[in-house]
Amino acid sequence: MISVKNLTKKYGSQVVLNLENLEIPKGQSFGLVGNNGAGKTTFFSLLLDLIQPTSGSIESNGISVSESEEWKTFTSSFIDESFLISYLTPEEYFYFIGELRGRNKADVNALLSNFEDFFHGEILGQKKYLRDLSKGNQKKAGIVASFIGDPEVVVLDEPFANLDPTTQIRLKAIIKDLAAQKGVTVLVSSHDLMHVTEVCERIVVLNKGEIVKDIQTSAKTLRELESFFGAKISSGEEE
Amino acid sequence: MFKRFANLQWKAFFRSSSLGKSLTLKIIMIFFGIYMLACLIMMGVGLFFILEKAFPDVDPMLKVSEYFLYWILGELALRFFMQKLPVMDIKPLLLMPIKKDSIVHYILGRSAFSFYNFIALFLFVPFAIVLMIKGYPTLNVLVWLFAVACISLSLNFLNFIINKNDKVLIGLLTILIAFYAVDYFQMYPIKEQIGKLFHQLYSNPIWALIPLTIAIITYYVNYRFLRNKIYLDASIKEKVKEAKTSELGWTKRFGSIAPFLQLDLKLIWRNKRTKTQVFLSLAMILYGLFFYSQDMYGSTSSIFAFVGIFITGIFMVNFGQFIPAWDSEYYNMLMAQNIPMRNYLDSKAGLIYVSIVVMFLLSIPYVYFGWEALAINFACAIYNLGVNVPVVLFFGSKNKKRIDLQKSALGNMQGTSATQFLILLPLMVAPCLLYFVLKFFISFEVALAVLTLFGIIGFAFRNKILDKITTIYRIKKYGMIAGFSEKNN
Repeated sequence: MISVKNLTKKYGSQVVLNLENLEIPKGQSFGLVGNNGAGKTTFFSLLLDLIQPTSGSIESNGISVSESEEWKTFTSSFIDESFLISYLTPEEYFYFIGELRGRNKADVNALLSNFEDFFHGEILGQKKYLRDLSKGNQKKAGIVASFIGDPEVVVLDEPFANLDPTTQIRLKAIIKDLAAQKGVTVLVSSHDLMHVTEVCERIVVLNKGEIVKDIQTSAKTLRELESFFGAKISSGEEE
Repeated sequence: MFKRFANLQWKAFFRSSSLGKSLTLKIIMIFFGIYMLACLIMMGVGLFFILEKAFPDVDPMLKVSEYFLYWILGELALRFFMQKLPVMDIKPLLLMPIKKDSIVHYILGRSAFSFYNFIALFLFVPFAIVLMIKGYPTLNVLVWLFAVACISLSLNFLNFIINKNDKVLIGLLTILIAFYAVDYFQMYPIKEQIGKLFHQLYSNPIWALIPLTIAIITYYVNYRFLRNKIYLDASIKEKVKEAKTSELGWTKRFGSIAPFLQLDLKLIWRNKRTKTQVFLSLAMILYGLFFYSQDMYGSTSSIFAFVGIFITGIFMVNFGQFIPAWDSEYYNMLMAQNIPMRNYLDSKAGLIYVSIVVMFLLSIPYVYFGWEALAINFACAIYNLGVNVPVVLFFGSKNKKRIDLQKSALGNMQGTSATQFLILLPLMVAPCLLYFVLKFFISFEVALAVLTLFGIIGFAFRNKILDKITTIYRIKKYGMIAGFSEKNN
């Protein structure tokens, strides 16, 4: 589904991303982990054509992301709160996204009814603009909005951060279901090794812009990741 | 402590990411400021002699006292619109061993050195010097000057108390107009009575204690107010207004631009800055009165071309030149979505077209000053529709500065750069020049006809032109995304 070839991104002389080859098959739940500055958000921004690569390309379903806009019809994302239109109510925001993706109000309502639990009664029918919701609720709205319109690719940047425990558990179930039942390619980045191990069938570890591990998730994965990240620190101290 | 805070603010200014552009802007403003101060000094020196000539047999000092009330109201109005309220990022300071009192005193004290406090001084100090040379008693003059300075400071702090409250502004304006009308229609000699009051400041120096007390009181009120606000949840205590979900179903008839049209209408209506723009634009319809009522312009003078473009195009300029920056907060999202750029621009252009038509209709009463005025406005409106809208959209593509929709529009310079001044050249100067040349060398009718023709041609070709502009927006997309995500300034 997603194919990355010789992708690099440099700022001045500093290389922040260098991916020679990465293939993500359709329907895979893909996890991206790494320390700060590893290049996770950069990769997602390149994938969504929000920044230009210094070299190389990304293809989504055979469409070059920087050359055509066709991929936008089946791709959905939520990166940060800048993806929200603060002066709309959550309902208006959902309907707006729905219209952009060719879904009418009834379709959107049908989808939203699946997330009543997730919303916990704090998002719909509140008579508040998005800007007046708490940060956690804003994030919930943004994440659900990315599910509108039956996308084939969903990109979520650190979706678990700043969510309360109940929401995190529910979100994990939602993402797993999306990938397994509906064949959606879900890309998730996170700082939480436990979450990512539970949700994703494949985990890629980035360090300073390069892939250092590419694992199919198993029972041993969490310990493997922990020792990797733990080891890094101690070896750094020895030097 | 004062020095430490000043140091912090100095660093914040010079290390901001948009320093280059804001520096140019500040230099331009400084030049304007210096020019204004020089004018004030000259006026101050000449005031005495002007008053002597205009009102012989009346003590100029008395005359100044009579008009002093208007000076006060005028200065207050100027401050209301232009003076920025003192602001400091206090969150990081709350956890440090810094007394909250010091923070408040610093903010207020720093405002005492603002440019606006020197305006009155630059006018009245030269005036006072002339008075003393002319033999007026020194002590009285000096004390009067001190009183004037205290009054200026009081206005400074009073302005903060008013805090951009529109209702108060309207109240003050009404008082100003009422006083003037009462005087003009000679119902009651308000000017004389109040003039006598202010004259007391000069003739009985002990009265100067009153302005001093007022200054201290206004300072104290501000101090109390700010002191109570230095908590993290100060802004949360403000009520959250209930949100109304609007359908705007009538926009559906516009087809594919409907979702963007709905979004733009909500954008304009639900955000302080854009909402104020709309009202300001409507108020600007009165701008023409200045020019039409002057007899020194002939009925077809070129200045009316400027007026025509300005009045019919005020919303176009205010709103249009910041497209797409209005959407800067969520531009990322729009670009990642499957939105046809062309529809996005079409919706914005559509709003501008409507505004031009509305402003023209509102300007029809100007036919009172002659049918030529109506004809000029009509030609200018058509010219705006066809030529200036694409020009404004084109300049909009050069926008890279983020705009915070929640901040008020009055005196708000956010998003402004030198481009905003440059844009005036092709937008307003060009058609005026065209009009002038054609009228001078050929005739008034031909000038109007040519302007209208350009407008019609532009409008007829608008699809092709908008397509080109859409391509430009696509190319500039990365620069815009990067620029819009910078949150400072």
